[in-house]
Amino acid sequence: MEMILNFPCLCILLTMFSAIISSALNRRWARYLNTFVVTLVGILSAAVLMFTLTSGKSYVYQMGHFPAPFGNEIRFGSLEAGMALFFSVIMLLSLNGGREKIRMEIDPGKEKLYYIMINLLLSSLLALVYTNDIFTAYVFVEINTISACGMIVITEHGRTIEAATRYMIMSLLGSGLFLIGICILYDMTGHLLMEYLYTSISNIMAAGTYRIPMMVAIALIVVGLAIKSALFPFHAWLPDAYGYSTVSSAAMLSSLVSKGYIFLLIKLIYRVIGFEVFFGSRIINVLFVFGLAGMIMGSVSAIRENDIRRMISYSSVAQIGYIYMGFGLGTGAGMVASAFHILSHGATKSLLFVAAVGLTDASGGHKEFDELTGAAYRNRLAGAAFLVGALSMVGIPLFSGFISKLLFAQAAVQSQGKALAALVVLAMSTVLNAIYFMKTVIRIYTPTDKKYEVTAFGYKVSYAITLGCFILLNLLLGLFSQPITNWITQGLTILQ
Amino acid sequence: MGGNLVQNYGEVVAMVLFGIGFTNLLLQKNMIKKIIGLNIMDTAVYLFLAEKGYITGHIAPIIKNGDFSPDTYINPVPSGLVLTGIVVSVSVTALMLSLTIRLYRRYHTLDLDEISTRLKKEGR
Repeated sequence: MEMILNFPCLCILLTMFSAIISSALNRRWARYLNTFVVTLVGILSAAVLMFTLTSGKSYVYQMGHFPAPFGNEIRFGSLEAGMALFFSVIMLLSLNGGREKIRMEIDPGKEKLYYIMINLLLSSLLALVYTNDIFTAYVFVEINTISACGMIVITEHGRTIEAATRYMIMSLLGSGLFLIGICILYDMTGHLLMEYLYTSISNIMAAGTYRIPMMVAIALIVVGLAIKSALFPFHAWLPDAYGYSTVSSAAMLSSLVSKGYIFLLIKLIYRVIGFEVFFGSRIINVLFVFGLAGMIMGSVSAIRENDIRRMISYSSVAQIGYIYMGFGLGTGAGMVASAFHILSHGATKSLLFVAAVGLTDASGGHKEFDELTGAAYRNRLAGAAFLVGALSMVGIPLFSGFISKLLFAQAAVQSQGKALAALVVLAMSTVLNAIYFMKTVIRIYTPTDKKYEVTAFGYKVSYAITLGCFILLNLLLGLFSQPITNWITQGLTILQ
Repeated sequence: MGGNLVQNYGEVVAMVLFGIGFTNLLLQKNMIKKIIGLNIMDTAVYLFLAEKGYITGHIAPIIKNGDFSPDTYINPVPSGLVLTGIVVSVSVTALMLSLTIRLYRRYHTLDLDEISTRLKKEGR
């Protein structure tokens, strides 16, 4: 079993080296290598997940020759391994679902570069999930940003370049705050490894002398990561970036890139800042308010949108709001709900993006709602998949979205003083979700006589299989929620 | 309060510079000025780290004459962090500049807001 302990490190190195090797390959082999590596990472992460679930413990893996307080470490428990597995599965499915589009929209000479970006993205996500050192986390946050920017800008389109620039500016503001927060934390504690930071921080908070500077540092880190994951007022770049980039990029950006930062934040809350310190501070009230505002404003913007891709993008703003609302509740149950929503939203949003592209292609490439009338009859599978995604987002039982709404509501009831606001906004947001998703579903299931040029794209076998897998994943998350929440709870407990 | 500020003038300067850089990156309309703001912000962080990492009278941690006393040397980690940070900020700056070149070739302006309004007018 010693061998399995090497797997997390191996996954990170494998993805990173495959990015380097891809630059020397032609586009076909780069694609094969990428598919192979993502699948392999999934298999290895599944093995690590099985191993950590059976042992119920977490493991520390030393990187380099310097032991604990000085060197660099990887640390993994069942939650980290499960997230790595989830990320690689979503990545594989999003890439497969958008493969035709990648071929059509990206200049053949640049397709190779796209796969390099994907490999780098996966390596940085894995590193964010596994790392035990906050400065390493900062470096990989930047790698994540750069590769995400590359994924947006690869379709040469004025809109995507503008969106990528806006994305970079917002991200750099966020990472600047994150970096200065880390530096202040390092100056006050003298440590970069998470468990040593945790001890120092709890000592400082207990002594009470440097309370305010410590709170400032923590606030800078949290706000930095919140900006990077497009919490409500910082989402201006998001609709253009998701709406005009190639579909695989949009699916991965919404369900992986922002989730990577959020998972890092969960890790920091439990392993660095400390559960009690974080929930005793006023930072959670700020996150709570912005989360609630995002839930409403994201949905309102989505209702006003006339473009299906941009509508789904605005829905992401609302869903990120849900996750931060869960943080803001200040209970363990809220964290479990947020962690479950990372999975649920990741699975549903990538499904919606991939299904939407089937619908728009069946309507002659138009993304406006008028042209989408009856699209579900022209591409039945994509229509059904969109229906599943929409029902899940609205929160109909059987699907994953219902479970996360249920968990959020339960967590809200347990919280002190925030129950009413959270429940009211949750209900309002559900109604707003229902308005724009059901409007779209009714629209695509309204028969029409208008004829469209039928593209062969929707009838590819790989596209159909991808949609099937996505639907299955959604049902899986919805039907077997109990073992999954148990796993999350156990994973969060051993995170400390 | 005032005495502390004078004593730790390095950190104070670093924080002021960070604020200047941050607001420039956020509020400037011109892309080049934004990138300059980004660089000021990152440099402020390095100044902060260097200021905190240096102890007057101590030397760089290269062992001389078998002297292992911790009072002789400074901690090498902050300097290492500065180097890592510089690498990151150089690559990010290069990416931002290349995006700016792309935008300028397409729209012949460096003003991001103007580009946005033009895109909205085009409506695609």
